[in-house]
Amino acid sequence: MSIDMEQFKATFIEESLEGLDIMESVLLEMQPGEADAEEVDNIFRAAHSIKGGSATFGFSDISNFTHVVETLLDQIRAGEREVTQEAINLFLSSVDCIRDMLAGAQEGFDINLEQVAEVKAGLDRMLGSALETAVPAGAEPEDQDDTPAVTGWKIIFKPFPDMLRSGNDVVRLFRELAGMGEMEAVVDLEGLPALVDMEPEEACLSWEVTLFGNVGREQIDEVFEWVDGDCELSITPLGGDETSAVDTPAEGVPEAANPAPVQAAPVAQERRSSNDRRQGDRRKSRGSSENSSIRVGIDKVDALINLVGELVITQSMLGQLGEDFSMDKVERLKDGLAELERNTRELQENVMSIRMLPISFAFNRFPRMVHDLCGKLEKKIELKMSGEQTELDKTVMEKIGDPLVHLVRNAVDHGIEIPEVRLKAGKSETGTVHLNAYHQGGNILIEISDDGAGLNRERILAKAVERGLTNSGDNLSDAEIFDFLFQPGFSTADVVSDVSGRGVGMDVVKRNITALGGAIDVESRPGNGSTFTIRLPLTLAILDGQLVRVGEQTFIIPLVSIIESLQVEPSRVNAIAGSAELYKLRDDYLPVIRLYDAFGLKPDSTNLEDGLLVVVEGHGQQAGLLVDDLLAQQQVVIKSLETNFRKVGGISGATILGDGTVALIVDIGGIIELSRNGSKRANSAAA
Amino acid sequence: MDVAEQIASGLAGTGEVDGSQFLTFFLAGEEYGVDILRVQEIKGWNAVTPIPNTPDYIRGVINLRGTIVPIVDLRRRFGLEPMEYGPMTVVIVLKVMREDKGRVMGIVVDAVSDVYNVQDESLKPAPDFGSVVNVDFVQGLATVDETMVIILDIDHLLNSGELAVMDSAIEHE
Repeated sequence: MSIDMEQFKATFIEESLEGLDIMESVLLEMQPGEADAEEVDNIFRAAHSIKGGSATFGFSDISNFTHVVETLLDQIRAGEREVTQEAINLFLSSVDCIRDMLAGAQEGFDINLEQVAEVKAGLDRMLGSALETAVPAGAEPEDQDDTPAVTGWKIIFKPFPDMLRSGNDVVRLFRELAGMGEMEAVVDLEGLPALVDMEPEEACLSWEVTLFGNVGREQIDEVFEWVDGDCELSITPLGGDETSAVDTPAEGVPEAANPAPVQAAPVAQERRSSNDRRQGDRRKSRGSSENSSIRVGIDKVDALINLVGELVITQSMLGQLGEDFSMDKVERLKDGLAELERNTRELQENVMSIRMLPISFAFNRFPRMVHDLCGKLEKKIELKMSGEQTELDKTVMEKIGDPLVHLVRNAVDHGIEIPEVRLKAGKSETGTVHLNAYHQGGNILIEISDDGAGLNRERILAKAVERGLTNSGDNLSDAEIFDFLFQPGFSTADVVSDVSGRGVGMDVVKRNITALGGAIDVESRPGNGSTFTIRLPLTLAILDGQLVRVGEQTFIIPLVSIIESLQVEPSRVNAIAGSAELYKLRDDYLPVIRLYDAFGLKPDSTNLEDGLLVVVEGHGQQAGLLVDDLLAQQQVVIKSLETNFRKVGGISGATILGDGTVALIVDIGGIIELSRNGSKRANSAAA
Repeated sequence: MDVAEQIASGLAGTGEVDGSQFLTFFLAGEEYGVDILRVQEIKGWNAVTPIPNTPDYIRGVINLRGTIVPIVDLRRRFGLEPMEYGPMTVVIVLKVMREDKGRVMGIVVDAVSDVYNVQDESLKPAPDFGSVVNVDFVQGLATVDETMVIILDIDHLLNSGELAVMDSAIEHE
């Protein structure tokens, strides 16, 4: 068969990663000592699918590894083993290992087998310890090495006719059985119809299988697990007398589970620390593959189909109207066009919503991260999350992940104090890190707040002075001082640790957020913690814009940047040294940027009072842009100039207007920067 | 590419296998050629949206079925006397390769001329004029019916060279 397995492989890896996410989140919620059957089932199912899939695709490393995990889980599921904190940690490390192995399988690079082996050894130890203690009970078939004569099973397997339709493959079942030991199978052809009556998709055969070898009943059950309910199955031991023994769980297991985790714990600990270090790299390598596909709820697709149906109806209605049009039908034409507009708008909204994902996708990794960091830093931290259902464009989500990790890590490492210090300060021992997301206007706001010590204003200022970023004694506002945090290489941490303190990060955080068209603010009160607020556009593809006219050209100013628009009152204009113009708006002086000047265009008039001043804010600065006229406000689809050209100063992109012409979108931060640094150049270009 | 090549040679109807085909156009009385496989379409001159603070030979950008495409005036690019755009003025939309990425750009020329088959061996290198004229972007000279056709290396002309020229142009202002 020449089926291209590659396409399925990608799906398998994607699904497995999802399965791992489920495992991870369930494990984190699990409390030692109380194994909720449903939770364990969830983990077990995920592990089982990964094992089955990886075996099918020939990733024997993964399937072998997962098999051990699965066996352990199965014992927990059957109540033979208690859930200990160590077991949970070990499972978490296993999740990491499998994730690494999957990444390796996907990218085709070699993964660190040592680590995998280490964790696997831990798992084996845990598994082995249970078996040792099971010996006194004398129950497990694996222990019956000394009596090989009775090991073997007789399996009668009669698939129901529609078993194959559910995607089960008999050949694979047998291959797995054959892998366990020597196997003899006798096929029963009785049910086989004449060739003319034969349904190719129906199973008509049945088998009688004799399996020799030291095989546990669970292993056989496992092989047939997926066909359970689709076939008639009877499994009887060849010896005939140890069935009951197999089904009874060993009594000694619960106590026995304890010594093993103790052995396993160091492994988990080591793993964790190395895991932290590598988390960044791994995410990067995964990031590249993440944007290849998107999972969409069926309801969203149905809504789209409905809308397209309506669109087709409207179109045919308009078409009919056009066949023999006369002026008395103009009302109906208007109605039709209004309908068309509504359809188009709804279609647009729906298509956009397909790209929207709840931010919980980005938040999900944090419980684990905070859990791990707490253990390492010996802090007690409760992670609160709210607004997880807030939806965000997938592209934005992918790019915001890393900055969020940095900020949460900082909050845990620098923000929250160690328990003793907290108690001394009269706070509760457990610190709180709060992640919150909500919509505001066309933006999504993400807040990362902690109730820790807060930012040390003096220390940041001292560091800034030391690094020559400012002169001491300046009257800087808190916001200005906290802004130094986002300077490259700026760190006030006394000790460079594994977690943070190298000063890389915050500048990258700011750069990433700015690149997304967002902004980040810091608020901090000494002793009460700090809050980082990230403001991001909901989507990168569409923008609410104000169309403005400068001379003969139309530009678009993002609506979110506009504070107000006003007519110029000449008496409020002051010019410093005859060139740098300032406009007095209430209590503030705004620099005036003449857009025609900055862009080298010919305006209607160079008189300030003939134009309009659009007050905008970008990069935390306000300015007044002088334009000739305000036109309509509309949503515009952002097109990149860089695809076929390059970046242009003061321009963030382009869009296509209703008449098919191109209009440029003004980059507010860029134009303020441009007018400050390069006004001379712009002037000479205009002259 | 193979299919495109077949179609291209099929259209010309000559059936010649070796050699390449070039679309030629006029610019200030001279005939220039570009590899026909790079030509995406030829269209008339329409108004463009100028891009601020760029050299004058970058006329601006147009909307080509949803894609923003920059338009370069080849006369101005070569420092020739600019000409009023008329009914013969055309924009040749080209695919320009840069490293592995392709970009779409348009060039404004006086008029399109013809499609020629040129044998690879009959493509002569341009003589070295030293520092008088920069012939870096000339791929070679071909002779068709006793007239000279200047074959352009568009990747060089509309790419790194252009960006470099553009940046330095801004600095020199």
